[in-house]
Parts: sequence; C-alpha cells; structure tokens
Amino acid sequence: MNLDSMTHSSGEWLRAFGPEADIVISSRIRLARNLSSFPFTNRANTHQKAEIETYLKARLEKLEFDPRLVYLTLANLTPLDRQLLVERQLISRELANSEGPRGVAVAPNEIISVMVNEEDHIRLQVIRSGFTLDEAWQDADRLDDKLEERVPYAFSEELGYLTACPTNVGTGLRASVMLHLPALVLIKQIEKVFRALQKINLAVRGLYGEGSRASGDFYQISNQVTLGKSETTIINEIRDVIPQIITYERQARQTLTRENHAQVLDRVKRAFGVLKNAAMMTSEETMDLLSSVRLGVNLGLIDDININEVNDLFIHTQPAHLQKILGKELDSEERNSERARFLRDRLREIDGNMN
Amino acid sequence: MKCQSCGQSATVHLTEIVNGKKKETHFCQDCAQQQQLLKQQEMNLTAILQSVIGQHVGGQTDELSRLTCPSCGIKYMEFKAAGRCGCPLDYQVFREPLLPLLERIHRGVKHVGKIPAHALGHAAVQTELRDLRQQLRTAVEQEAYEDAARLRDLIRQKETADEPG
Repeated sequence: MNLDSMTHSSGEWLRAFGPEADIVISSRIRLARNLSSFPFTNRANTHQKAEIETYLKARLEKLEFDPRLVYLTLANLTPLDRQLLVERQLISRELANSEGPRGVAVAPNEIISVMVNEEDHIRLQVIRSGFTLDEAWQDADRLDDKLEERVPYAFSEELGYLTACPTNVGTGLRASVMLHLPALVLIKQIEKVFRALQKINLAVRGLYGEGSRASGDFYQISNQVTLGKSETTIINEIRDVIPQIITYERQARQTLTRENHAQVLDRVKRAFGVLKNAAMMTSEETMDLLSSVRLGVNLGLIDDININEVNDLFIHTQPAHLQKILGKELDSEERNSERARFLRDRLREIDGNMN
Repeated sequence: MKCQSCGQSATVHLTEIVNGKKKETHFCQDCAQQQQLLKQQEMNLTAILQSVIGQHVGGQTDELSRLTCPSCGIKYMEFKAAGRCGCPLDYQVFREPLLPLLERIHRGVKHVGKIPAHALGHAAVQTELRDLRQQLRTAVEQEAYEDAARLRDLIRQKETADEPG
C-alpha cells in the first residue's frame, strides 16, 4: 500500500457522501478484542508484543475477506507516515505515538482498519461516510466473525469480550457519529445539546477522539456503556438521537439565515477572504475558517467552491498531509506559511475552474 | 456519607480551602451534576476510574491489596492505580471488587451481546497454550535451549490444531 497516494484523496471519513452528509460527516463502529492467552498490551513485554503482532499479522493478511487487508508495521514507518494515518482516522494518536511492536491492517478503500497492540490487542474499526451506522456495524460484525474463526478471543459468558479497560468490557463496542454543527456553535446552543446527551449516557468528543478539542465544529457522539446492552440496542440508542440533533442544527441554520443573514454572510465571506489571502495559517485557524465556509456552501451563501473541495481542504491542510503533498518535512512555522500558500494556490485554482 | 442536598448516599466529595479553612461538601451523583461539580468528568478518565474504584473498596483494602493474578502477576493495588487490567484472567481474580465497579460504569453486570462462535471451544486449548508459553519463557531465561525447542514445537502444533479451516 502506497501511503503517498493517500494524499490525493480525502479518505472515507471526509468523503461527505451518503444520507444527511451536510451535517453527518461519518459513522464509525469500533470493536475491542483481545487474545485469550496473552497479557493485555499494557502488561505485555516487547517480546510478547512481538509475538502478538506476528500472530495477528499472519492471520489478518490471510483473512478471506473482501476487501483484502494490507498490514502496515508501524515500527517501520516514519513518524510523518504514522501521523498521516492518524489524520485519516485509520489509527489512534495513542497507537501512532506508542512504542514497540504494533501495526494496523487497512483496507485500500480506507473503510476498515484493524489496529494491533493498541490498548487492546485488536481494535477493529469500520468508518463510513454519512449517517450509516447500520452498514458500518454489518461490516464490523462480518469482519469480527471472520477473524474469530482464526483467532481465539478473550471472552467470558458472564462479562462478554474482556478488555484492558473495564469501561469497554462486554460488547467492546464504541459506536460513534461525527457531526458538523457550526450553526449550533454560532447561536451558542451547543452546550445545551451536550448536557442533554450526557444525561442519556452518551459522550461528546472532538475531531480526533478523547481529549481533543472540537476544532472545525466537528463533534463525535458515542456510547459509553458497553456491558448489559446488546450491540443493536447500543447502536439504536445513538441512531435514534442523531435525527434530533440534525433537526436542531437545521433549525439553527434557518434562524441564522432568517435573523442574522448579513452577519452570517459576512462571516462566511470573511473566512473565505482570509483563507484566500493570508500569509501564515495555523491548522486550528484553517479548520475554523473552513468550517464557516462549509456552512456558507451548505446555506447557499457562497458558490466560489463546492462541498467536496472544502472537505479536501480540511484534510489536506493537516500537518502530515501538507508535508506529504509538498514532499518535505517542515517545522511548525514553515508549515504555517506553506499552509497559507497551499490554500491561496488551491483556492485560486478552484476559482479559475469555476469561471 | 449522605448527600447534603437530598439525603441519598453521597459519592462526590469536594474539599475546598477557603481563607485557610477546610470546607468539605458531599453530594450524590445527580446533585453534583446539578451543581456542575462534575463538569470535568470527561477530561480524565483514569482519575475518575481510580476514584470510583477507590470508593468501592475503601473498607476492604487490606484483604484486596494481597490479591495477585497468578497469570500476569498484577496486584489488585496496581490495577487500582492504573485503572487497567493486566490480562483476561484478572476479571476472574478481581471479580468481587470489579462487579460493583462495572455496575457503576455500565449500570449492568451481565453481557447480553454477541457471543463468538468459537471462543468457548477454544478456551481449554488456550489455557494450555498460556501455560506452555510461560514454560517456554522460563526455559529461555534459564538457557535450557533443548527444552525451549521442544516447547516451541509443541506450541506451534497446538496453535495449528486449534485453528479451524
């Protein structure tokens, strides 16, 4: 698998295709699994981790599953390539930055990835564009069955799939939906939505998971409970609450266009102007400005750029993507000026195509 | 300890030092949330786990601190400090203190989800494999290479036999 070719596309999670794709960016299912005869990763020594990796790599590569999985040994990748995989949501930041034998099996279409030696021996993930939790679960379930034919999982009849952290035990399932909620942020109603979600035991996180801030107004909603409920119940609970949030966001967007039309238009146009002209640009600022532009496109306030082009810019301006595209390693100050230059060039190009 | 607000049992304890005077307040989960004391709940999962684990074993710590997993060697106190189990067997070894913790986190203590088709059949062979791997490690450490080679072959054989298809 050629990692450099990844930078030509935006990857599955930002393809923004499928039901409600203007608000629901992507749907994700994650299953935590462990081998029954090894200590968990945190307790395994390097030798054991190597044994686990060899064992799983062989079985993942041979798995009779469509699409076929390609195994990447993370210890052999540069930090930049590992960061690229994080930005594409194929591996976690923790796995990228940890030490020792570890890896990921990836489907070339980037819908499926199986992390090896993360907090659990196996973290199987399916990520699909749009509001597609059921499809993602079906893929994950099928892959899990296939893998289980070959790999003895740690499982107890009483407590289900046994995981390193007691918060994942049972189904080992984390179902999450990534939403773009710029209007709720603008009218300052987002906190209210979070409080309501927390009351029903759902978690809200930023773009890159635990502890990350919600840059670009992207929010992940996911379950916290994994024991005592079936996979279907857990998924349905999330699936049922998402349409309400979509409705709130749509109402907020209407309110904005009706009551604050001039201000919103100004915000969108300014964001676009800054992106097109700035000489230094951090990744955070880029995300925030692109979020305003994305809102503008969805509200029909701006037609200088289409939604796919905005989505591409979100990912291509991330630090590792930018460096891969430009073909050189850059420190953070260099990145900020190169990012601004990249944005100016891309937006001029897009502008040229439109006229 | 009772919640100062509603009289239910308190699980959130706040100690404030105001003008050099110590002030303690106690709330139940719901009242603490209303008071917005739990706002940073999401920030540090490990800290929360530790506090939850702490609350549940407060009185029995002496007895529990001696619990050690025969398979991975983790002590209960180590699990308590890290909030992570060391190996699958820990769920059996630490079952008693774990159950109230799981109840607290998940509001459930019985798995009702998917059951893997092969896992339970695998179990016996896997226990044997675990023991064999342990023996192999000891053999390597003691530089008993003949034993190690024999064990390695035996493990390979059992691994292949345990794989259907």
